[in-house]
Amino acid sequence: MVIMLPQTNVLLGLAGVFLLLTIATGIIYLLPSLRSASNATELQQRVKSWWMIVIIITIALCLNHTIALIFFAFLSFLALKEYLSLIPTRRVDRRVLFWAYLAIPIQYYWIYSNWYVMFLIFVPIYVFLFLPMRMVLLGETQGFLKAAGTLHWGLMLVVFNLGHLAYLLMLPSHPAAVAGGAGLLFYLIFLTEFNDIAQYVWGKTLGRHKVVPKVSPKKTVEGLVGGVLTTILLAWGLAPWFTPFDTLHALGIGLLLGMTGFIGDITISALKRDLGIKDSGNLIPGHGGVLDRIDSLTYTAPLFFHYTAYFYYQGFCG
Amino acid sequence: MVKLLRLLFFLLIVRLVVLIILGLRIRHKERLPVKGPAILVANHNSHLDTLVLMSLFPLHLLPFLQPVAAADYFLANPYLAWFALHIIGIIPVERQEISRTKDPLAVCATALAQGQMLIFYPEGSRGEPERLSKFKSGIALLAKSFPSVPIYPIFLHGLGKSLPRGSFLLVPFFCDVFIGEPIYWTGERRGFMDLLNHRMESLAAEENLPAWE
Repeated sequence: MVIMLPQTNVLLGLAGVFLLLTIATGIIYLLPSLRSASNATELQQRVKSWWMIVIIITIALCLNHTIALIFFAFLSFLALKEYLSLIPTRRVDRRVLFWAYLAIPIQYYWIYSNWYVMFLIFVPIYVFLFLPMRMVLLGETQGFLKAAGTLHWGLMLVVFNLGHLAYLLMLPSHPAAVAGGAGLLFYLIFLTEFNDIAQYVWGKTLGRHKVVPKVSPKKTVEGLVGGVLTTILLAWGLAPWFTPFDTLHALGIGLLLGMTGFIGDITISALKRDLGIKDSGNLIPGHGGVLDRIDSLTYTAPLFFHYTAYFYYQGFCG
Repeated sequence: MVKLLRLLFFLLIVRLVVLIILGLRIRHKERLPVKGPAILVANHNSHLDTLVLMSLFPLHLLPFLQPVAAADYFLANPYLAWFALHIIGIIPVERQEISRTKDPLAVCATALAQGQMLIFYPEGSRGEPERLSKFKSGIALLAKSFPSVPIYPIFLHGLGKSLPRGSFLLVPFFCDVFIGEPIYWTGERRGFMDLLNHRMESLAAEENLPAWE
């Protein structure tokens, strides 16, 4: 197996994340007010899970692109399985759901073979046309629209949108992108997840006015604004290390990631509220399921990718 | 040798299928028994039920786990019979006992006396996927003979979607496992069966499970 370490900046970035996690762990276990808080064990579990997530991502990024693609394909699989296990499905569609799972290896094969146009159109066109056709041929019309609609929405979120994370690794080198595709990927994931945490912390400390009480009663205007401002600042500070962005583009992406990360988060909240469940699963202790953790990324990944592609990879991405 | 094969089968193949392809969401795992004798009673929708129930326990308990299974189905041909008896480790029972002189559950009694943990499906067969059918009362006979053996009701959801009766195509779904507090023989058959049915229904109602129509 060929090991291809990512650029130095990415390694430094990962080291920085480990440092942050160590500090966070120290604070949670040593600060008396946090140690005796009512949600102390949940907080500890959550940080423990962060360690696992960061270690797994580090391994995926530091070996080679193929391993990283397999990791993201597996992430899509876990998320799709969680989604299909949560939503009502029709017994008659069992085989159709099997085809839906097959979309994952095929989509990641397009990424692996760097077939950009196919990567873009496969889920929105071919899968979109094929699965309802398969359903129609089964001949059951009761619940057809709901089944076709929910299935495609899930595939778009966890196969098409998340696939953009993996495609960042396939982008050609760009003179200003000093840390390559892995740098962009690191920047995107770090900012998205940090934005989630920043919104949570700002909301906990200053939160007064609710934003979307019917969807997510704990989200506040103060949390949202504080989180977005933090993310803009970080996006600007980190951009020269990981991206080709100039100052204006860096501030722009900070705003975009901060806002749309929030939208991704509440979209999955709305899904769970509609289904009458609290967490999407219990695979990640302290966080819930996979969908609970990747919710923001389902929005930020495709938007970040196309923002970057539009401004810096015009020749490659049409 | 066969014991090693059984261990490897459960360590490699069963864990791969159950933990990676399917994935478990277990509620009240702490209620599981740590030693026999015990009876695990579950609803039955799929061949995967047995594999999932057996993966709930650490591998060192594998020799103590034995599913009670239909002799007419699993001993039908020699290959399946070898696999069922030696790899899965079933206790075969006759479903249609013609002569009333022989007790079909005598083998189960022997195993319980030896401290085994039995997996028992009182629905009698896999039935309609994701529908709980009424329990048959064979379990009551066993409970009556062993009033001090704990009986754990376990409700499974999702496996009937993944691999229902009559299908060979495995479609991945998370499997929900709800483990109940143990119950014991109550002194009379109807009361015991009502209690067991009631416990299963309340386990099934613990969470909002998605429809499968």
